[in-house]
Amino acid sequence: MLRPGSYKGKLIVVEGIDGSGKSTQIDLLHKYIQAQGKSVYFTEWNSSELVRSTTRLGKQEKMFTPTTFSLLQATDFSDRWENYMLPMLRAGVIVLADRYAFTAFARDVARGVDRGWVRNLYSFATQPDLAFYFQVPLDTAVERITGARAKIKYYEAGMDLGLSDNKITSFRLFQQRIINEYENMVDEFGLTIMDGTLPVLDLQKKMRAIVKKALRGWEGLPIPSVATRRSPRRPAQVIPEVVEGEKV
Amino acid sequence: MNDVNFYGAGFPYRPLNDVPGKLIVLEGTDAVGRSTQVQLLRRWLEAEGYAVSDTGLRRGQLCGPGLDVARQGHTMGPRTLSLFYATDFSDRLENQIIPALKAGFVVLSDRYFYSIIARDVVRGADPTWARNVYGFALVPDLIMYLRADVPTLISRIVHGRGFNYWEAGMDIRCADNLYDSFCVYQSKLVEQFDRMADEFGFMTIDATRPVNAVNEDLRRNIMALFQKEKV
Repeated sequence: MLRPGSYKGKLIVVEGIDGSGKSTQIDLLHKYIQAQGKSVYFTEWNSSELVRSTTRLGKQEKMFTPTTFSLLQATDFSDRWENYMLPMLRAGVIVLADRYAFTAFARDVARGVDRGWVRNLYSFATQPDLAFYFQVPLDTAVERITGARAKIKYYEAGMDLGLSDNKITSFRLFQQRIINEYENMVDEFGLTIMDGTLPVLDLQKKMRAIVKKALRGWEGLPIPSVATRRSPRRPAQVIPEVVEGEKV
Repeated sequence: MNDVNFYGAGFPYRPLNDVPGKLIVLEGTDAVGRSTQVQLLRRWLEAEGYAVSDTGLRRGQLCGPGLDVARQGHTMGPRTLSLFYATDFSDRLENQIIPALKAGFVVLSDRYFYSIIARDVVRGADPTWARNVYGFALVPDLIMYLRADVPTLISRIVHGRGFNYWEAGMDIRCADNLYDSFCVYQSKLVEQFDRMADEFGFMTIDATRPVNAVNEDLRRNIMALFQKEKV
């Protein structure tokens, strides 16, 4: 477990390999929470302005080693944590994170860094109130990724590890290692397993039920327009999305 | 050949057993005269026939440009700054320092991660956390700590590059003006270095003396290191 947080807000994160459906689900959850008139802030992995140019340089020139990749993403996370996530949580906002420290624990270890070392890097982050892990068989994920996207990117496929010259083969081997790390983290961090093979709608219903239960009796930060006017003619205005960025 | 030791797990995906080169580190606060000494040592070592490679903070290809831009903005929290420096440090270690050591070079490092954790701890980082971040770092063959008191540093700064925002610790506002902030900040750093001297086995060199006197001490220590090797 990570250290417990002491703030008014709620932290909800989604985890899973590429193609597990987590981003689709958290996006739908985001809309649900907005519609409930609650203050919500969404953030995604690897989206800090601060390190964007460095990340781009490292990817373009294939300059990353497993350690520098891990450290740069921790820098990115730390920037988002210090400037957005933690202040929002303290203010009483529901923070939704598409990937969290567990992504680093799974991916960086799959790349070869030490398990204890990467856990220390993120030890300033707190244990989420809910951490959904989208579990899918490798074949399902590969099918979704190869069907939907133009091509798998170099680091996404773990090509830097030299597992195979073939991108798809490399992707499979790399993602399998990541799955193994996630599976070991289910108990370590109390991840809530979601069956990623279920239809989108069914999965979203399950997710909303779990979130609803977790939020029962909880009062977050009120939204000014909702609190003062109480006439929901327009959808509740939420905190603007500050960082939007390219994903790994 | 040298046995290779790391402070923690090192780079598990890239085993390294021994290297023929030597890693020599010069540490100390800002304006203590490190870069002058590195230049002098480099000239001397090359005259003696050693291949020399030098390196310093923020000089990595990956993070150098990004760190320079980030430092202009002053919006980085202390932990973020710390991790960004760690990324640069790892980049230089894996891509410059270790390859040079493998090739038998003497690597002169102007600062090592000790400076970074001194700054982090002064900014409120957990000392254990900061040390554990550098579990991938190589243990150097020789660490020489150039020590000078704050009055000496001030006279060097005044007659050198002048006071600046970061060296005065203005990001944490040690005082309401550059001069006072510099004094407070640098004395806190000296305190951190003094503490690390025993922990990491620094060879402490009195850097309040003239450049040549300091340089002689540095050379003597380096020669002793090379002698030890021959026995």
